[in-house]
Amino acid sequence: MATATGIQSLPNAQNITRVVLPNGIVVLVYENFAAQSVVFTGTLNAGSIFEPFEKNGLASLTAAALMRGTKTRDFNTLATIQEDIGADVNVGGGTFKVSFSGKSLAEDLNVTLDVLADVLRHPSFPEQQVERLRAEVITGLKMREQDTRSRANRAFTQALYPPNHPYHYPRSGTLQTVPSLSLDDLRAFHATHYGPRGMIIVISGAVKAADAVALVSRYFADWDNPGQPEPPVLPDFSLPPTITRSRVALAGKTQSDIVMGVPGPSRLSPDYQAATLANSILGQFGMMGRIGNVVREQLGLAYYAYSAMEGGHGPGPWTIAAGVNPANVELAIDRALEQVRRIISDPVTADELADNQSYLVGRLPLQLEANEGLVGTILNMEMYNLGLDYLLHYRDMVYSHTPLSLLEATQKYLHPDRFVIGIAGPA
Amino acid sequence: MSGVTKHVLKNGLTVLLKEVHSAPLVSWYVMYKIGSRNERTGTTGVSHWVEHMLFKGTDQFPAGYLDKAVDRVGGSWNAMTSFDYTTYYETLPANEVDLALRIEADRMLNAKFDPEEVESERTVIISERQGAENSPGFWLGEEIQAAAFRVHGYHHEIIGDMTDLETMTRDDLYRHYRRHYMPNNAVAVAVGAFDSAELLAKIEAHYADIPAGEPPALFVRPEPPQNGERRVRVERPGGSAFVDLAYKAPSATDPDWFALAVLNSVLCGPDGLGGGSIDNRTSRMYRAVVETELAAGVDGSLSPTLDPFLYSISAVVRPDRTPEEVEAAMDAAIDKVVAGDITEAELARAKKQTRALFAYSAERVTMQAYWLAYCETIGDYQWFEHYMSRIEAVTLDDVNAAAAKYLRKSQRTVGYFVPTMGEGDDEGYDDEDEGEDE
Repeated sequence: MATATGIQSLPNAQNITRVVLPNGIVVLVYENFAAQSVVFTGTLNAGSIFEPFEKNGLASLTAAALMRGTKTRDFNTLATIQEDIGADVNVGGGTFKVSFSGKSLAEDLNVTLDVLADVLRHPSFPEQQVERLRAEVITGLKMREQDTRSRANRAFTQALYPPNHPYHYPRSGTLQTVPSLSLDDLRAFHATHYGPRGMIIVISGAVKAADAVALVSRYFADWDNPGQPEPPVLPDFSLPPTITRSRVALAGKTQSDIVMGVPGPSRLSPDYQAATLANSILGQFGMMGRIGNVVREQLGLAYYAYSAMEGGHGPGPWTIAAGVNPANVELAIDRALEQVRRIISDPVTADELADNQSYLVGRLPLQLEANEGLVGTILNMEMYNLGLDYLLHYRDMVYSHTPLSLLEATQKYLHPDRFVIGIAGPA
Repeated sequence: MSGVTKHVLKNGLTVLLKEVHSAPLVSWYVMYKIGSRNERTGTTGVSHWVEHMLFKGTDQFPAGYLDKAVDRVGGSWNAMTSFDYTTYYETLPANEVDLALRIEADRMLNAKFDPEEVESERTVIISERQGAENSPGFWLGEEIQAAAFRVHGYHHEIIGDMTDLETMTRDDLYRHYRRHYMPNNAVAVAVGAFDSAELLAKIEAHYADIPAGEPPALFVRPEPPQNGERRVRVERPGGSAFVDLAYKAPSATDPDWFALAVLNSVLCGPDGLGGGSIDNRTSRMYRAVVETELAAGVDGSLSPTLDPFLYSISAVVRPDRTPEEVEAAMDAAIDKVVAGDITEAELARAKKQTRALFAYSAERVTMQAYWLAYCETIGDYQWFEHYMSRIEAVTLDDVNAAAAKYLRKSQRTVGYFVPTMGEGDDEGYDDEDEGEDE
């Protein structure tokens, strides 16, 4: 485990075991005998960017349907295997990737990996189960239709990203598309996109690295799918020339939710770190940064008002979100935009930068306390090519930034006169 | 699990220490024995609002100081108000624990409650309530509590009734603070990488001179017996219907609580103590209402509470089904367990699940410190220490007896949320994608 003084004990190339199986699967293991559990997480190249727009929701439904039955185990058997031992395996669709995770007591890693391999490799998509799942998904979508935060976010996303861009479409699909996805669609999507190429699995817990690698190898080494396609290239697009609003009115609501912003840096961008520091100052640090200070602390307009950067493999959004009384929507937007204008005009102060550098570096012990934080951090290092010694260099990287490098990053991305604003509130 | 030491300072502050050296962190909780259960009509929500005001400054640490100070060292911090307590915590790198000790010692006594800050926070809290009101589940929960508890303070939401949030004064808040915030009405807990003797000396240095106060007389009105089933129905715009069966449940310190917890595992799937959860697809209730395609999901909830609260089973009704159909199927599943249908195998399985979830909950110092503080607040920290052995000791007879005793229709409140429109079609709202110049 990390210690306050021993930076060499952070996860790094020396204490992470990294093995590439012959079929391309990257296995990373971090031994952590302080815990009784073992946790894994990982990704496959089968996210929603691979689905046709008219079949929006296909990647997500396919991922969710994996646990509904395999060629040798039905839904109940799969559930019983996990729940009997207090274990949990999940698969869920993202934009670029399908993510999976599992947690169990350390002695049960073989069980959770067996379930994972079975559902990823041999799903049977039983009709009755898929229809039941579809009805549950539709129920969830109907609830989301009435959720102001969800609707504000969707209004924002659809106005920001054009219809020829995968980010325009909600990952879970819509009430129009989900009913029309067929079993054959699911089976074809799985057959085409699920495979070992590009797969990463990270394991942390009370297990020896060699044993964990051997288990992954036992369940996955003979997996093959030569036809797995490369991710499509995302189309270019430009921001609207002026501020654009998209409003959704919902009956019976008492508060309006606002989501506003622009495309931000991808995790792969060289200025991601500078933008992260700037975002922390803008809407995270302390009580939600400068935005929280003005909108919540000074004006009392909102319980929550913060900024967030999604990152990811593409131009994920850089947003400001707030929930306010409907009468205060325009005031909250104005004050938030003032803070955006300020952060692209004036360099942040030396004190602010120092505070936020200290914050990003100082929170590593908390981030790495438990297995979930460890596997998530190691997965990011692998997935975004940060290098396994990333954490050893992290402090120097964070402290290499200056008020000017932050200013450059904010000026590149944040254009307050071209913000897209989604608002959902009472009719 | 063991290793907890308990100390009571001369001013009555109870201190629990537990060394955990697996990560270089310390979690520090100060929990006050005051929550929404003790609030009177007219000042409902006062505990939660006071909690907010403790972030608004003292002479030593002005507003905005402490959240930044904790972030600066990479810590996490928060505060929570519940039925039974109001609590504050910081989890920090171990070498920064002094900061947490200083912050909590200072604001136990010196929060300013500046009138302008009170007014600014009023709208923040109203916004917090309005945000919750946007969710249909909030309305149903509020109605169920109000129906289930006619007399006891559990009858109102922790955040308080809107009318009280609009009218409560600075003096109401300050009076509540002075009456309840004192060392002899608090439990302080540290879990993490420290030397107990050294840390105790530091705690003495920061807290021992805070004067004890007059022990507060708590406003508690026991709930009278319930004479028959109660039913509430909330009709509002929403995306789907819900059914909630809320049975009167024993307090956490009642021996029956553990039998009911095991029963809940069998009926609705196990509840963790934080640190991870698992699915409930093999539970009896899932099979009764989700596999039969009546509901999209079902969940059971049994919180440990100081006074008897509720054991709730909630289902999300599928759009093509009715709340009545779901309720009937839930009742059929409940009737079976009341009739003694649970097997030894189910009991053993519930215990194994609980063991796993309990192990997960011990992996974060923040969770351990929370549970020790909460259990000491409601009676004895050993409730958490003995949690697994109490679960292991539950027999099939205990489970059957708990089912017969608590799952009675006469002792429940049934709540329906019925959406008045929508069901996901476009009726009732407008989508406009307008480009607007500014």
